[in-house]
This record gives sequence, structure tokens and C-alpha cells, in this order.
Amino acid sequence: MTRSALIEKVAERVEGLTLKQTEIVVETVFESIKEALRRGEKIEIRGFGNFRVKERKARKARNPKTGESVDVPPKKAIRFKTGKALREALNPPEQ
Amino acid sequence: MTKADLVEIIFEKVGLSKKEAQDIIEIIFDTIKQAFQEGESVKISGFGTFNVRKKAARRGRNPQTGEELEITPRRVLTFKASNQLKAALEK
Repeated sequence: MTRSALIEKVAERVEGLTLKQTEIVVETVFESIKEALRRGEKIEIRGFGNFRVKERKARKARNPKTGESVDVPPKKAIRFKTGKALREALNPPEQ
Repeated sequence: MTKADLVEIIFEKVGLSKKEAQDIIEIIFDTIKQAFQEGESVKISGFGTFNVRKKAARRGRNPQTGEELEITPRRVLTFKASNQLKAALEK
């Protein structure tokens, strides 16, 4: 499912909202999450999951081709943890 | 940031009522959840991709008791941030 497919499905389920308005809402939701992550905030979507920023330290690595040592700069990575309700929805007990 | 903060943002920026904002946010995440339940991956361009992965059964151990047990087959989610999102973090 792509973003546009998501927008269409959401628009079908919401009463009295146009496709354009739905698009703005979906866009705003993901932009807001992105902004919060940029500020280093943790995002908690109950029943869905959490996003947080994890700092990866600078490290030395080797170019496997040349054997040369290279410095890898510190990086920020995003960690997503699936929420309990979602994990259970993916794995119903009768499976 | 929680769903309540997202409701507030949608209320302020988009001009929906708080009730409408709350409903649509629930529907957005529920619609994504339904796709996952179908085993579908969800790609939000500019944000990232969620993939549903199937894990086979395997033997494991309870680290506390040392007891051996079978870990049942299950579906797990992975999230891969888009390059755009990664770039935003480094700004």
C-alpha cells in the first residue's frame, strides 16, 4: 500500500471529508512525526507502535576491498517498536 | 509525542474539530493495520516503508530458567526510514 492508496482508503472511511482534505491530514501526520523525530522526541502511537531516534557512535571500519581503515561518522537511526495491540493483530491465536 | 499531540496539530493546522481529528487519526492507523494484516507492506514516500516479515518456528530457550521451548511461527514488522527522513535527522 502506498501513501496515495492509504489516502483513498481513509477518505472512503471518513464521513464528510474530501480526498484533498484527507491528503492534507495524512501528510500532516507523517510530517509531524518526522519533525518530532528531528527534535529527538520519542513518538508513541498507542496500539500501533513507538518511534525513537537512536544515536550510532562514530566508529572505525575497514574498506573490505582495500583493507584501508575509514572513519564512520556518528549517525542517527530510527528505531520502530511494534505496539502490543498491533503485534497481536498480526498474530491471532488461532494461527 | 502521542496521538493526543497529533490530534492537537490537526485541529490547529487543518481546522477539523477535535473529535473529527481524533477519528481520522484512529482511521489512518487502523487502515495501515488492516494492510499489515493482509500481509501487505506500506510505503509512505518521504517517510519510510513498513514490511511484514514471516518468521519460521524455531527452538529457543527461556533465558531465566534455561528451559527449552519452541518459538511459534509469527509475523513481525520492520520499518525502514526513507532517505529523506534520514537526511532530516542529520540537519
